[in-house]
Amino acid sequence: MSGTTPPTVRLANEIARQFAHQPPSSAATAIAGHIERFWDPRMRTDLQHHVATAPESLDPVALAAAKLVGS
Amino acid sequence: MTILKEPDFGTPASTSSTSVTVEVDGIPVTVPAGTSVMRAAATSGIDIPKLCATDSLEAFGSCRLCLVEIDGRRGTPASCTTPVADGMRVRTQTPKLEKLRQGVMELYISDHPLDCLTCSANGDCELQDMSGAVGLRQVRYGYEGENHLSLEKDTSNPYFDFEPSKCISCSRCVRACGEVQGTFALTIQGRGFESQVSAAGVPLMESDCVSCGACVQACPTATLQEKSVVQLGMPSRTVLTTCAYCGVGCSFKAELRGDELVRMVPYKDGGANEGHSCVKGRFAFGYATHPDRVMSPMVREKITDPWREVSWEEAIGYTASRMREIQAAHGVGAIGGITSSRCTNEEVYVVQKLVRAAFGNNNVDTCARVCHSPTGYGLKQTFGESAGTQDFRSVAAADVIVVIGANPTDGHPVFASRMKRRLREGASLVVVDPRRIDLVRSPHVEATHHLQLQPGTNVAVVNAFAHVVVTEGLVDSDFVASRCEGYEEWAEFIARPENSPEVVESITGVPAAEIRAAARLYATGGNAAIYYGLGVTEHSQGSTMVMGMANLAMATGNVGRDGVGVNPLRGQNNVQGSCDMGSFPHELPGYRHVSDDAVRTVFEQVWGRSILPTPGLRIPNMFDSAIAGTFRGLFVQGEDIAQSDPNLAHVTAALTAMDLVVVQDLFLNETSKFAHVFLPGTSFLEKDGTFTNAERRINRVRPVMAPKTGKHEWQIVCELAAALGYDMPYTHPREIMDEIAALTPTFAGVSFAALDRLGSIQWPCDEDAPAGTPTMHVDSFTRGKGRFVPTSFVPTSERTTRKFPLILTTGRILSQYNVGAQTRRTANIAWHPEDVLEIHPHDAEVRGIGDGDSVTLASRVGATSLHAVISDRMPVGVVYTTFHHPVTGANVVTTENSDWATNCPEYKVTAVQVALRADAAEAAAVPGTRERAVVD
Repeated sequence: MSGTTPPTVRLANEIARQFAHQPPSSAATAIAGHIERFWDPRMRTDLQHHVATAPESLDPVALAAAKLVGS
Repeated sequence: MTILKEPDFGTPASTSSTSVTVEVDGIPVTVPAGTSVMRAAATSGIDIPKLCATDSLEAFGSCRLCLVEIDGRRGTPASCTTPVADGMRVRTQTPKLEKLRQGVMELYISDHPLDCLTCSANGDCELQDMSGAVGLRQVRYGYEGENHLSLEKDTSNPYFDFEPSKCISCSRCVRACGEVQGTFALTIQGRGFESQVSAAGVPLMESDCVSCGACVQACPTATLQEKSVVQLGMPSRTVLTTCAYCGVGCSFKAELRGDELVRMVPYKDGGANEGHSCVKGRFAFGYATHPDRVMSPMVREKITDPWREVSWEEAIGYTASRMREIQAAHGVGAIGGITSSRCTNEEVYVVQKLVRAAFGNNNVDTCARVCHSPTGYGLKQTFGESAGTQDFRSVAAADVIVVIGANPTDGHPVFASRMKRRLREGASLVVVDPRRIDLVRSPHVEATHHLQLQPGTNVAVVNAFAHVVVTEGLVDSDFVASRCEGYEEWAEFIARPENSPEVVESITGVPAAEIRAAARLYATGGNAAIYYGLGVTEHSQGSTMVMGMANLAMATGNVGRDGVGVNPLRGQNNVQGSCDMGSFPHELPGYRHVSDDAVRTVFEQVWGRSILPTPGLRIPNMFDSAIAGTFRGLFVQGEDIAQSDPNLAHVTAALTAMDLVVVQDLFLNETSKFAHVFLPGTSFLEKDGTFTNAERRINRVRPVMAPKTGKHEWQIVCELAAALGYDMPYTHPREIMDEIAALTPTFAGVSFAALDRLGSIQWPCDEDAPAGTPTMHVDSFTRGKGRFVPTSFVPTSERTTRKFPLILTTGRILSQYNVGAQTRRTANIAWHPEDVLEIHPHDAEVRGIGDGDSVTLASRVGATSLHAVISDRMPVGVVYTTFHHPVTGANVVTTENSDWATNCPEYKVTAVQVALRADAAEAAAVPGTRERAVVD
């Protein structure tokens, strides 16, 4: 794993791996719920920044989840 | 309180529900069937003389002092080995008995050094007491004959001496070592007059003795005696308190002479330990008065400056003004705090209140983040409560015990003794661990199955267990139907072929037949209990594994009664409590989410401040945010994050980046190297409050002495809050607990008064359960229905490579505790002077490593050096070390990987390489040479 991956991207991708067995839409909803329940707002904001600037760094399901998360 | 001598009924209590009435010296007494005559007599206030009997041990019948006469029976039976019978009439004092007892005592005394006036046990010697009790007035036999008076004293143990010349061969020590501790290090060597207590013929320190102190506790004379008693004299008063080491939370009598602590003696009525102890709690308390302790507050502008001793007012004022400056410049959320599982509930509560109410954010986390946070998450998701299901006593009713990722004999030794007792009685054992831990095979204990899995494959194993249960028709359908939800979806998932033992065998390395057999045993062997430790939680799927175990327990109906359950073995003394007290950034006390408006309102009304409805930063997030520049001030209560947390290069970079680090601790630890303010803390001997152990048992921590620093830790935090403009005007920790009880439904019935009355309380404690709740989820789960959660196995991203072909797993050992700040400052260092690397003979041989060689341990994030110990208890490809010594810095090599749900670090899986050090000769003298830079 690269040490240069932004922490919020790394964490979102790690969560997405755990939900890979679920259909993408329900996985994205579950991941978004998890992030909203456990992440500090600045981390959510940072994740949104990466969604906007480097969406390719995010797992597709993590990206879909991030788009559901309010900052 | 004067010295507390607990009554000794001579033999253990009977658990029979049938009553028997007997007459002892004309006094009728009703006792449970199976009670000994000795105990029945003691119950009615009649003490029959005894030497080999004590109520922590089964009757032995060797000393011949407790003889009685029973109407209608011939002879003079030993009262300890004679059970009562209905209508029995017993006489304990007759001329015949008096003569017999005097004769026995005379023989004992004839081979005993009569140095009572200068003996360390003078006044606390049962031989002395019994001589008086039987009326011995003369000894007709001199010392001319053969005797044992010249036997050599064994002083090898740092805490207690063995003086065989004073031994009466009652075997109490031998039996305590076996029955109570379960180690069987002692024996009676020789026969007849040659009989002697022996540690297999070698000095104690060279034997299997684990220095638990059970033998010392059991010894009726000065044969086994604490060195502290020899040096300081007999204590004269007792303070009942609670051990501050592991999550077992043993109750102790702190015994003092004046204001000097002489010894810690395990308390027989302690709910967690029932009179037993381990080497740490029993003996390793010397750190509390170690000269390294810092007694005055200190401040410095920069971490490169020398420390400057200041007044409390200056330290607190400086901290408050710097915190406010940071917030003014960088925002309210730029500061936060970390609570400690080594502090009391009351001390933790005020820190999280400081953060939420005075700092004005939710940036509070606790060291449980790096150990049992997945337990809180996983059990909350499935059962509805972030806590274990049982009390420790429950293991005595277990028929099948499954130990997963835990090493109780080292990490939770007093509970391990309970467990081993049950295993000796015939319960079956399944061990799931990459290492061959002691429980796999030790005296009179042998695991039926040892599933020696590859590190990182726990979830695959637990899924395979559940697969067997579901596909072989072993589900407790009635329990599932009436108590649970989500079963159908979960059962469909778990029955898939990918979860079968045969498919996962190539992943886990565990033969499918072994998993099938172990799963069948768990599901059909009677009461089945799971006990687990950090080998479950400290993985990238730690939370998933906790839910997997909960699924398994629900599917087989092993929840909600004695002898079953899912039981986390908590690492530190107050891990459970620190979590209960609202230390997580997303939860207020009682595990209630900060987004819950109703809950927040309750706190806001009492605290007089609004609380943010969004979660704050977890510890790893704090580090990331510090490096990003958005988090700049940290209050650290009693945790050494610069030694205990993973990827230390990252941790130290974060700490270095902060504008203000405040450390509240006993010693200048590794974290204090990055601190600007040091607030000296108090040891458990000075604290006044409560700890909550792994079985949710709230125990009082009573002050043995006044704070050596002049202030309690809760007072310091309250003064800091006041300096920040927020009053927390408590005058006593009982008031803090009263506030906790008022705001936390599971603590509603808890108070210092209730604890004094009941001894201890297992939460939930409320109107429905005023004395507490030993077993949870009895009729329904806390969340209503138990929830099955599908638990897909997702391999960790940490993989071995050609460059890093081994897996490192870390843990701890019996004599040391956590980062070693306490135990390294005691004589326990004799057992573990440095951290070593355990490596399998094959892995050592191919690298040219010999036992004791200095080796380099490197991962992709860092490298360190330490000495190798070749051990076949490690599987090939896996190495192991501890993190007790800062000089080795095991966490230099652990990575940023963490549990997906909680960010609990993945300490148990790090890909590493081990190599013989090229400069071995030099390195042998200097272990712990570190390279904190990335080596890849």
